[in-house]
Amino acid sequence: MAKLTIDGIEVEVPNGSTVIQAAEAAGIEIPRFCYHERLSVAGNCRMCLVEIEKMPPKPVASCGQPVADGMVVHTDSEMVRKGRRGVMEFLLINHPLDCPICDQGGECDLQDEAVAYGRDTSRYEDDKRSVAQPDWGPLVRTTMTRCIHCTRCVRFTTEVAGVAEIGGTFRGESTKISTYVEKALSSELSGNIIDLCPVGALTSKPYAFTARPWELRKTDSIDVLDALGSNIRIDARGAEVLRILPRINDDVNEEWLGDKSRFSVDGLKRRRLDRPWIRENGKLRAASWEEAFAAIAGKVKATAPQKLGALAGDLADVESMLALKEFFAAMGSKNIDCRVDGASFDASKRAFYLFNTTIAGIEDADALLIIGSNPRHEAPVLNARIRKHWLDGGFKIGVVGRAQNLTYEFDHVGDGPQALQALLDGTHPFADVLKAAARPMIILGAGALARPDGAAIHAAAWQLAARFNMLSTDWHGFNLLHHAAARVGALDLGFLPGEGAMDAKAMLSGGAEVLWLLGADAQAVRNIPAHSFVVYQGHHGDAGAARADVILPGAAYTEKDGTYVNTEGRVQQAYIAVKPPGDAREDWRILRAISAYLGHALPYDTLAQLRDHLRAQYPVFAEAFRRFAGTDATGPAGAAALGSGAFAPLLANYYQTDVISRSSPTMAACVATHYPVAEAAE
Amino acid sequence: MLSDSDRIYQNLYGQQDWKLAGARARGDWDNTAAILAKGRDALIEEMKTSGMRGRGGAGFPTGMKWSFMPKQSDGRPSYVVINADESEPGTCKDRDIIRNEPHKLIEGTLIASFAMGANKAFIYIRGEYYNEAQRLQFAIDEAYNAGLIGKNAAGSGWDFDLILQRGAGAYICGEESAMLESLEGKKGMPRMKPPFPAAMGLYGCPTTVNNVETIAGVPTIMRRGAGWFAGLGRPKNAGTKIFCISGHVNNPCNVEEELGIPLKELIEKHAGGVRGGWDNLQAIIPGGASSPVLNKAMCDTQIMDFDSLAASKSMMGSGAIIVMDKSVDVVKAIWRLSKFFKHESCGQCTPCREGTGWMMRQMDRIVQNKASLADIHLLEQVTTQVAGHTICAFGEAASWPIQGMMRAFRPEVEARATDYQPPVQAQAAE
Amino acid sequence: MSQHAEPTSFAFHADSLKLVEKAIAKYPEGRQMSAVKTLLDIAQRQMEQDTGSAWLPRAAMDVVAACLGVAPIRVYEVATFYTMFNLEPVGKYHLQLCTTTPCWLRGSDDVVAACKKATGIKNFGETSADGMFTLKEVECLGACVNAPILQVNDDYFEDMDAARTTALIEDLKAGKPLPPAGSLAGRMSSAPAPGQTSLRSNPSAGE
Repeated sequence: MAKLTIDGIEVEVPNGSTVIQAAEAAGIEIPRFCYHERLSVAGNCRMCLVEIEKMPPKPVASCGQPVADGMVVHTDSEMVRKGRRGVMEFLLINHPLDCPICDQGGECDLQDEAVAYGRDTSRYEDDKRSVAQPDWGPLVRTTMTRCIHCTRCVRFTTEVAGVAEIGGTFRGESTKISTYVEKALSSELSGNIIDLCPVGALTSKPYAFTARPWELRKTDSIDVLDALGSNIRIDARGAEVLRILPRINDDVNEEWLGDKSRFSVDGLKRRRLDRPWIRENGKLRAASWEEAFAAIAGKVKATAPQKLGALAGDLADVESMLALKEFFAAMGSKNIDCRVDGASFDASKRAFYLFNTTIAGIEDADALLIIGSNPRHEAPVLNARIRKHWLDGGFKIGVVGRAQNLTYEFDHVGDGPQALQALLDGTHPFADVLKAAARPMIILGAGALARPDGAAIHAAAWQLAARFNMLSTDWHGFNLLHHAAARVGALDLGFLPGEGAMDAKAMLSGGAEVLWLLGADAQAVRNIPAHSFVVYQGHHGDAGAARADVILPGAAYTEKDGTYVNTEGRVQQAYIAVKPPGDAREDWRILRAISAYLGHALPYDTLAQLRDHLRAQYPVFAEAFRRFAGTDATGPAGAAALGSGAFAPLLANYYQTDVISRSSPTMAACVATHYPVAEAAE
Repeated sequence: MLSDSDRIYQNLYGQQDWKLAGARARGDWDNTAAILAKGRDALIEEMKTSGMRGRGGAGFPTGMKWSFMPKQSDGRPSYVVINADESEPGTCKDRDIIRNEPHKLIEGTLIASFAMGANKAFIYIRGEYYNEAQRLQFAIDEAYNAGLIGKNAAGSGWDFDLILQRGAGAYICGEESAMLESLEGKKGMPRMKPPFPAAMGLYGCPTTVNNVETIAGVPTIMRRGAGWFAGLGRPKNAGTKIFCISGHVNNPCNVEEELGIPLKELIEKHAGGVRGGWDNLQAIIPGGASSPVLNKAMCDTQIMDFDSLAASKSMMGSGAIIVMDKSVDVVKAIWRLSKFFKHESCGQCTPCREGTGWMMRQMDRIVQNKASLADIHLLEQVTTQVAGHTICAFGEAASWPIQGMMRAFRPEVEARATDYQPPVQAQAAE
Repeated sequence: MSQHAEPTSFAFHADSLKLVEKAIAKYPEGRQMSAVKTLLDIAQRQMEQDTGSAWLPRAAMDVVAACLGVAPIRVYEVATFYTMFNLEPVGKYHLQLCTTTPCWLRGSDDVVAACKKATGIKNFGETSADGMFTLKEVECLGACVNAPILQVNDDYFEDMDAARTTALIEDLKAGKPLPPAGSLAGRMSSAPAPGQTSLRSNPSAGE
């Protein structure tokens, strides 16, 4: 530890800290443009200058200056102010000062610091530099005249995203932050450079000229477009969600957000189900809630309870799934399932289906085996964590499945499940890597479990974990990486077929005469036989609604208070940012209403009551999040043999994976840009 | 005047054979193993005693610089890098060493590398010196073939590899940390210090960067002794130095002279004097483009060594003397340097990227007689906003010529202002 | 920006590849990026050999990136940072004229004028109508005591003046090869023109 004095405040920080970090610890904010906690130190903006006693009499960039015991720092001396004023003047001489037409206005670091260190008039009389505006694809809008060359975007894409496409080209005052060869950014994390850009050089293209920050109502919430549970802020104006930004949560998403989660917002306004519909003579017609309920009641009452089935889709909140489960139980049906993808595996213990290592725990591992997953697409922010740890060095990675660019190097262990056998037998050299590791981990992709041999793969992966020292009192290296935000919550609720009841496959193939789809929109629902009566409860007109006999309009994740459990088992709350459109309602309320209509009224009238009930019935929702120990090595059941087919990708593309992103014109533009061949083939 | 026998570079002008045979005839590579046999500590001590100060521009004591390198490796190799990126306007001394005395440089690099525990050294030569690089590579190959470098270099038991890398056109690569970046295959952008190269340099390993002239002098110092070198020049300004005399002299030339020689004597003895005579002298830039300019009064008595030039608020720099006679528009001459610095700014940090262009444009206004007094004062302020605020010393290098001009020629510069009014007193005197 | 055509592909010849491998092998394991400038230079020289114009098309930068196993942008950064990589075609003779202060003091303005007149080029950066010459203004070439300097391709021509410049260019136009590099005033390297003032005990063999 080093003790130093900053502006008269004594502060003690670890050795190796920088002065800017020490100042932060002392509660003193130092202005900065290029410095960012999560990126390498560049030291190029020169705004964070401070004065340090007993050093050469010139200001020092605090972002790169290591602390020393006894150091005396001044962050607001005349020398410092003069230095910063000078830097600010330089930054502004070629800056267009087009704040009135700049989307960054109101949340611009340059504006804020100019208030503190800028002059009222410019002393620069020459022409400002003109800079071309390159096209970086559908997401990031460039206005490079505003660029102050802080290189945050260059460092982010190179270091964090691992997709080096932006650089500083040319030099001197001709320096351009550019891709040199004009191209659309191909990283799934590209939107983060918009947040990182301290000025208006990089702004959101879909959000361009939409709103000013002070017009926005900000709601903290949780993302549901993958199973990571990234913490987000929803910015809305009136009834419209205008943008979504990441919130900091070091344990989950640090401060990053995947492009799909950020840019699918325009999908929330399109193809919405804003009123009930009833199919008559093969055609859907608009209906009232009363008509819809009556149609359902007529059918349900005429059907034996064991022929009633319910499926929970990928975006469902815990509250509505609980209500659905209890509604069906009240009607006498145990035909419920959340594995719309057809996966079947032993979910009898939580550890079997969680990302037990935890996302932050990845940084404690020293070897990783990825099985049947492309984390770059299925959880790009988690993938960035893997890359971050890989960059630290000493993190050996093996992949079973398709070899593709994951933004880090790995050994390709094999294409299919037979490679797991080879590792168990010790015949593949990567087994030695796992054996030598002190804290190895496995990431098993949810897609791998949707195969016919899914249960066997699940069991084999656990066996690997047991064999290679991944289960111990202080380490749990077995991880299931889900893609559906609803899945872990559903499994925690036991939203699975009861004893002797139908599973998703059986229900979807005609076993259920009345099939309730709570936002279940998997491809399989298109093929539900004609004799099944389908109730679709959800928010978008997609596969489920197209097949439905009755549509009940629900609320998207931005339109309700809901609980989600992420792939780690972390219980998180989403909050309502805007009201659902038209006649649409929060899903648990719809279920509460229909349950009463059918004479099986659920025992809660308010969300608070529902949640009390939830916590009482399922204590896991009341517990604080913790990392599990791997002391129980008993593995999941999975007697069947491993197949030989190669692992197929879970996602056809990163950008369109659910009803919201499939409704998003921005995501469609991304697919057209990044998957042009696939698009043409469709 | 320095006697010929005390000159290190006997083949400065390439009068004789530059190859290995010729070099050997001049005493190079004569029992190098015996020099290395003295041991690392003794060699560093010898350099300290010699009083050698870096010939690249900053004048840092060489022996002390060597002593910063780790004595014991922590597992990382140590590297020596030779700065042959000679690009400071006015400077062309290393070029002569490289093309005419390459073996002095190679042998010196071996000795320095051994003294600093480096088994590998790199010479970074500016890309434009294509023919010079060819010649140096030839000499390196000769040395390898003769067993002077490579495994068991010169029979010393020390393994030593020497790699020549060409630059590709960037003055900033002469800054040592930019040079390391460039050697690593990146843009030549200076690094923040700390960490200093001796702790974390090339490829993250301990590294010392030395100038060509510094290192090429090492074998002679080791053979003739530190005392010999220290006995030349003046206290704390020991030894000889190659001066590059360019501009308005009758016979521009390079010449090796003793430090401490009066500027006037240097020019008159070797460069044939100022064009039109000493009285036709207007200004001299004494140490390369970034050293502040001296007016004639200053030149009359100027002694050429580190401390004397620092006392005149200029600097010894690379020893490049740019002479201007009375026909010159000094402002334009300095403006051209501002243009140079604007062109060569790496663009990394704000004050330099934005300030060098601004300074050049303000200078341009003065050259064109379109500047007001306020413009001139603004220019001076801009120089102070750049200097001392940048990652590397380029900010100072770009600012000092202008600040020097204002110090030495303020009346002349201000007289060109559009709103200039001669002082009343001066009018009365006319 | 000039509107030149970028070739769609580039491949190192066998002899270039040998140089590439040799260049990469010089550096420690995992430090192959150190060879990037050398590789770009090899590519540019191959272009000169093949097309008569020493320049660096983008396709060549991509090939260099592939050789080094790095993202192309890292090579673009380097290629655009250093001035010796020509990002567009240049003439057979690339005239690079230093006009920095030491050369300017010794009359580089006259050399500029002579270059322009003899080649018909109006502005720096342009190529003559016949494609023979490209004229560029460059910063200090580091041969200041032999100023002014005119660099033609790899060679420095020193102690230039208008007459020598005109004669040199006219010779090139007439198809004569480049003369040996060095002082066109006939003086020995950087020694004072009338003769050595030092090292008189070590005169040149010719004196």
